[in-house]
Amino acid sequence: MAGHFEPQPGGGAAVTLDEVEISILRSLAVQLLELVGPGDEPGAGESDDLLASIFNDGPSEPPADPVLARLFPDAYGGPDVVPDDDVRAASGEFRRYTENDLRARKRGDALVLIRSLDALSADPETGAVLRLAPDECRQWLGALNDLRLAIGTRLDVTDEEDGGQLLRLPDTDPRKPMVLAYLWLGGLQETLVESLMA
Amino acid sequence: MGHVSAHPSPTITLRPHHCTLSVPVEIERPESSEAPYEVPEPDVPWVTIVHNDPVNLMSYVSYVFQSYFGYSKDKAHQLMLDVHHKGRAIVSSGSREEMERDVQAMHGYGLWATLQQDR
Repeated sequence: MAGHFEPQPGGGAAVTLDEVEISILRSLAVQLLELVGPGDEPGAGESDDLLASIFNDGPSEPPADPVLARLFPDAYGGPDVVPDDDVRAASGEFRRYTENDLRARKRGDALVLIRSLDALSADPETGAVLRLAPDECRQWLGALNDLRLAIGTRLDVTDEEDGGQLLRLPDTDPRKPMVLAYLWLGGLQETLVESLMA
Repeated sequence: MGHVSAHPSPTITLRPHHCTLSVPVEIERPESSEAPYEVPEPDVPWVTIVHNDPVNLMSYVSYVFQSYFGYSKDKAHQLMLDVHHKGRAIVSSGSREEMERDVQAMHGYGLWATLQQDR
């Protein structure tokens, strides 16, 4: 079952990972954690001001980084609406009250992934079997999806066709390792979904 | 999630997403009328729209619709196909606050969702 999850009796899923896979997955999740960061809390650093930390609003502007903009999209508008001032204001307001929670959730999912990898001791020959409880499966799904969104945005994947084109990149292309990771994560996520729906 | 909904203005004007012609309604107001007649805001429902994106797996989108909204496998699958082929699908409707909750949840799952008034 290398590279794909299988359902476990009683819920949950399991996958065999080798040392290299564990280290790639861990490194990607750590990068995601660093990217998502603690959020742009305006009151950060003024820890003596308790009130400020309780009423810490999130940002009202969308992130400039395209990956973060994809992970934290505007709630109003969308691809076929030309945003006017009202739409922008509503998106900003929504973001202020929700983005910190959303960042916390994505950090939480990535941390669960990292912790379950750290609990493995991989045999150099056979790897390690990762067994996830149903709740962990859901957090893993979230983290795998966020990783794919991040890599897909960086690779500028625009439609299904791109998946095929990216697959045919020559080995010398600098994007090749990311493409392979992207496709591998897709297989992990797909089989994890199937395991949960089984 | 402790999401506090605060809206700066009750009316947000968004372009309608389908081809409904908005017909301007002329309200006849006799010159003798002293106080302007206030038209009550019609109770137009809000909708949550999920947009197509090239990264999210079709099976995952279906899974999200089933597990978050509790939709049947068939309904979730059909909505996912609508997102995939038509570029968008309305996945829920209700009050603005309910739709903000749904959009927040969709963003939590990593789907690209927005809300708007369904007119």
